[in-house]
Amino acid sequence: MGVVIQVRVNGKTRQHEVEPRLLFVHYLRDVLGLTGTHIGCETSLCGACTVLLNGKAVKSCTLLAVQADGAEVVTIEGLAALGGNGGLHPVQEGFWEKHGLQCGYCTPGMILAAVELLQANPKPKEEEIRRALAGNLCRCTGYQHIVDAVQFAAKKMAAGKR
Amino acid sequence: MIPAAFEYHAPKSLEEALRLLNRHGSEAKLLAGGHSLLPLMKLRLAAPRCVIDLGRIHALRYIREENGRIAIGALTTHTEVLESPLLRTKCPLLPQTAWEIGDVQVRNRGTIGGSLAHADPAADYPAAVLALDAEIVAASADGTRTLRAAEFFVDMLTTALLPGEILTEVRVPVLPPGTGTAYRKLHQPASGFAIVGAAARLTLGSGGKVERVAVGLTGVAPKAYRAAAVEKALTGKKASEKLLAEAARHAVPQDVELLSDLHASAEYRKAMAVVFTRRALEDALARAQSKKR
Amino acid sequence: MATATRYIGRPLKRKEDPRLIQGLAHYVDDLRLPEMHYVAFVRSPHAHARIRSIDTTRAQTAPGVLAVLTGQDLDKAMGVIPCAAQLPEMKLALRPPLAKERVLFVGEPVALVVAADRYTARDAAELVEVEYEPLTPVVDPEKALAKGAPVLHPQYSDNVAYRWELEGGDVKAAFAKADKVIRQRMVNQRLIPVAMEPRAVVADYQPGENQLTVWSSTQIPHLLRTQIAAVLGVPEYVVHVIAPEVGGGFGSKLNVYAEEVLVAHLAMRLGKPMKWTESRRENFQATIHGRDQIATMELAVRRDGTILGLRCRILADLGAYYQLLTPLIPTLTGLMICGCYKIPAVRVEITGVFTNKMATDAYRGAGRPEATYFIERAMDLVAAELKKDPAEIRRKNFPQPKEFPYATPTGLIYDSANYQKSLDAALKKSNYRKLRAQQAKLRRQGRYLGIGLSTYVEICAMGPSSAMPAGGWESATVRVEPTGKVNVLTGASPHGQGQETSFAQIAADLLGLEPDDIRVVHGDTAVVPYGIGTFGSRATAVGGTAVYTALTKVRDKLAAIAGHILQEDPKRLVFRDRKIFLKSNPAKSLAFAEAVSAAYVAKTLPPGMEPGLEATHFFEPSNFTFPFGAHVAVVEVDAETGEVHLLRYVAVDDCGRVINPLLVDGQVHGGIVQSLGQAFLEEAVYDENGQLLTGELTDYAIPRAWDVPRLETARTVTPSPVNPLGVKGVGEAGTIGATPALINAVVDALAPFGVRHLDMPARRERIWQLIRRARQAGSRPTARRAGAGRDRRVR
Ligand SMILES: Cc1cc2nc3c(=O)[nH]c(=O)nc-3n(C[C@H](O)[C@H](O)[C@H](O)COP(=O)(O)OP(=O)(O)OC[C@H]3O[C@@H](n4cnc5c(N)ncnc54)[C@H](O)[C@@H]3O)c2cc1C
Ligand code: FES
Ligand code: FES
Repeated sequence: MGVVIQVRVNGKTRQHEVEPRLLFVHYLRDVLGLTGTHIGCETSLCGACTVLLNGKAVKSCTLLAVQADGAEVVTIEGLAALGGNGGLHPVQEGFWEKHGLQCGYCTPGMILAAVELLQANPKPKEEEIRRALAGNLCRCTGYQHIVDAVQFAAKKMAAGKR
Repeated sequence: MIPAAFEYHAPKSLEEALRLLNRHGSEAKLLAGGHSLLPLMKLRLAAPRCVIDLGRIHALRYIREENGRIAIGALTTHTEVLESPLLRTKCPLLPQTAWEIGDVQVRNRGTIGGSLAHADPAADYPAAVLALDAEIVAASADGTRTLRAAEFFVDMLTTALLPGEILTEVRVPVLPPGTGTAYRKLHQPASGFAIVGAAARLTLGSGGKVERVAVGLTGVAPKAYRAAAVEKALTGKKASEKLLAEAARHAVPQDVELLSDLHASAEYRKAMAVVFTRRALEDALARAQSKKR
Repeated sequence: MATATRYIGRPLKRKEDPRLIQGLAHYVDDLRLPEMHYVAFVRSPHAHARIRSIDTTRAQTAPGVLAVLTGQDLDKAMGVIPCAAQLPEMKLALRPPLAKERVLFVGEPVALVVAADRYTARDAAELVEVEYEPLTPVVDPEKALAKGAPVLHPQYSDNVAYRWELEGGDVKAAFAKADKVIRQRMVNQRLIPVAMEPRAVVADYQPGENQLTVWSSTQIPHLLRTQIAAVLGVPEYVVHVIAPEVGGGFGSKLNVYAEEVLVAHLAMRLGKPMKWTESRRENFQATIHGRDQIATMELAVRRDGTILGLRCRILADLGAYYQLLTPLIPTLTGLMICGCYKIPAVRVEITGVFTNKMATDAYRGAGRPEATYFIERAMDLVAAELKKDPAEIRRKNFPQPKEFPYATPTGLIYDSANYQKSLDAALKKSNYRKLRAQQAKLRRQGRYLGIGLSTYVEICAMGPSSAMPAGGWESATVRVEPTGKVNVLTGASPHGQGQETSFAQIAADLLGLEPDDIRVVHGDTAVVPYGIGTFGSRATAVGGTAVYTALTKVRDKLAAIAGHILQEDPKRLVFRDRKIFLKSNPAKSLAFAEAVSAAYVAKTLPPGMEPGLEATHFFEPSNFTFPFGAHVAVVEVDAETGEVHLLRYVAVDDCGRVINPLLVDGQVHGGIVQSLGQAFLEEAVYDENGQLLTGELTDYAIPRAWDVPRLETARTVTPSPVNPLGVKGVGEAGTIGATPALINAVVDALAPFGVRHLDMPARRERIWQLIRRARQAGSRPTARRAGAGRDRRVR
């Protein structure tokens, strides 16, 4: 028994009939083919599946597709458009510039969590960044370059506003 | 990582939700933020036949001051509690507690109603609502009733909510001047839940005497509880570091059944309950004093 | 021909990143093929049981289900899961891909379901009914050795997998001469690798072409291809393996797994593309674990701190069956047990034992972190016993720089080092003296600061083939296209280490090009020549050298062509700025692309020269490389709660020549933090019934951003003589050097409580107990709490 949902994903309205138990992350990956959002656990702990739901970072593995009905969603594939300069989003640039990723598996979730942080707190201190990323696990980088990446983005975004 | 199939309803009003709940009875599960229920369903530790999603009932999402208390709708997220200017100024213990829950993503989805109704013995809010003498409002087809926090938590994962009831609102007091609050927590290293969470609220009266104090403890026992003996040891006395330390030693009453698991034995929990109670009291006192000044 | 290093050594941004930061990269689970079916496994809930019966009828008839198979259905079709390691008199314990009569660990697959989508497959797996007869599990490796313990493999009389011994020098005499013998039992606990991307396999069989394509999240595509062919009994040319983007491995994907073989088999058997993606729970139960050794270390020392001899007995818990390298890993511990010290006499005895758990195998560091931990802890025990500073005890026993290459009594030859220099650098950077003063002051205030040292050496660039189970060389092909663009095909299969960038840097310098002119290709057995893979910190030292040598072959040929056209001596030509020119007269030049074009147009080639421009090299290293370094950890222990706060971490590493410092820093950071996980947080805990209690990330903690302070790193550079690049390798350094530094710091912090050793992970409750016991015994300081109220915590 399907339920029809309508979601705006990366600026495009999508409509599908889905099984109520379909996890939103599977909707993104298997139905919409947006495979940039990853799955790293089933216990809502790793954050690899993080997307922005109505502007807020959420773990899309712990969200039913039906719960997202009517929502506005940004995934890693649509993030560059938020940057507003036609190129990469400053947070993406920061990750590239500062070597904030190795295998890249945690990266999309990490980037989106950082985007939410910078929206709320444009000049975060190192401790604040580390705390804000507590819901995102990375096994490769040791986090230091990720922190650097977020700081780079913060500076870049501040410069852009001036 | 895939839940078993279920039937899904997304009522837009409380009335509709109550009707659905009545119709489906024990086969139905309410869904709020889903951050306790969905992980259980994904691991198939829960497999309800029917899910009633409260998420569309926007009328249950608010924080407002009413008759000298602050009323919080059940669907208010942890982030909304954390960021509420009203709570931050008039009842900071709730934001202080929300800050210690999970991580940003969890706080963006999880709700205060869901957390209380779930009554996880390691959840944070229960300690705070106990320390605040909060009121919890439950609605059913027959109307609403108001429960005191102290009577709400019955046992591990069990509350005083009756079948057919929905938790709709939490009411907390506007704290009087001279009050300091704090929530101190020892995290379970993997999940981030509380091994011990101590919520303290302390009002100083004249001459630096403790006029009123309340301590709620979570994580220690199958259900959160008020540390009455600690409160008694403090009330009416002149606050000092030494007094707080002595009082904190009563954090775990004799008759409390202590939790014990991979991450903390009963013995360690008990000792940490004392330490974190004292630390919460110290922080609360410092804040009360700074407000007095 | 001089090579300008315009890119080697520079912190170039990675070429692989644009696709990764935009969600455009493809990991295995991202692939979708028409008519793809999904596989779900039914796994044993018992650690040790006989399978009485399996009823698949309900699952078979569920809508959307294509097939349900058990071990019996596979019988003839398939071989066992391979183990490449061979030790003398080693018992075999090879696992059928699906259990047949018995299950030997929780999570062992007993049946599988194939369905049209993931959800249906998962549902149908629940419908398979398996009846078990539980047997007594063997969980504790020490008890597994006891007389009368249940035996896992009934063809044998006990649970001993092998005994391995190594002796060098006169051990008896050393211990007879000693002023003191320091003895300690130490546990290097079982760990779960937790690559963030769980394993995943997609397989597709095209009968017309007789081609089986397997996409797997693996570190070793070529070896996997060989082994899949062997297990399935098909010619190797039938199998094509692709490792697309791999989301971390740390050794856990350096293996041949039952699921990989089964999914490949299903694609052939059922004629549809198949996909299986591991859940995190499966990953915890049925992907290899690491470490799990119990060692008894004995050091014979002279009063002045000189180490005369070492004896080490190791009990290695191998789990129930062998995976690819299982039995071999503990022997690496044995080989490296001397650490960076001159210890003239050594005896190591290793007993490998079977238990009802998942197999252990190569987890980041693979045997060397254990060795380093044992010897570095032991050095601190010596220092404590002799009341000397741990830095001095270490310095006293280092071989001198002029003694390299240095032969150890375990039979290795350390290539090059200057241990004194890295230790000095670390002490200076951490301001060691001041730290000690600060420690003394804080102790008087009832606060417990701990300072921990570790000076390590590790073995990298695995390795000479003579010392490896199945080849230790690496391959590379450099193929220059007619337009002058370069493909570097490497047999190493990087998965996060950044070789697409570092190899491009090497190529750009050798050919005088820009990194954008170069594309590094890896992970596809149909495209790149046979290779060994990425593990053992070998990708740059061995794989990079293969690339380097193939590049020099191409460059030599191009120089000959250019020399012929320019009528100059090829030896006097320089490659730079996409040009080939005369060193003494840069005006006399040829565009790089022109010279390349000449190789293909083949009209102006020197007489007798083959057309085309491509070279392959298989590099066989003459030795391992031995990176080293010195780490200093500073912790504060909260004496009330037992919590450890990591305040500072200083690491001075020497990984030889550095191709890209950004990548090296990243490897070091990641390694240190994984080490921190082992030191403070991680442990795979099985209960007495063999149930994995830490079965999810909710119970198995890995470090988060807030567990870590800013790491302070620096380098010394001692080039390796073993390869022309001078590189040593850095993939595991952090994981090897850091664990003992962290634990030494905690033990140091607890010294006032009479603590001399503490097993990992240094859980706060364990520390709290130690402190409490010391206080109850009296005479110990009663402390005010320390570090209370800090926000960052190592929990
Ligand atoms: C990774 C992770 C970490 C977490 N860490 C913490 C932590 O540190 N501290 C902490 O306290 N919590 C933690 N949580 C739990 C989180 O706070 C949950 O959001 C919360 O416990 C439940 O709220 P919910 O809105 O998500 O409820 P749901 O999961 O939707 O529901 C929970 C239960 O309550 C019932 N229910 C929900 N709403 C109502 C209602 N209005 N009336 C009656 N019954 C209702 C549901 O039927 C269900 O049984 C964590 C969760 C995750 C996933
Ligand atoms: S996959 Fe969603 S948090 Fe791990
Ligand atoms: S980059 Fe590999 S998990 Fe973060």
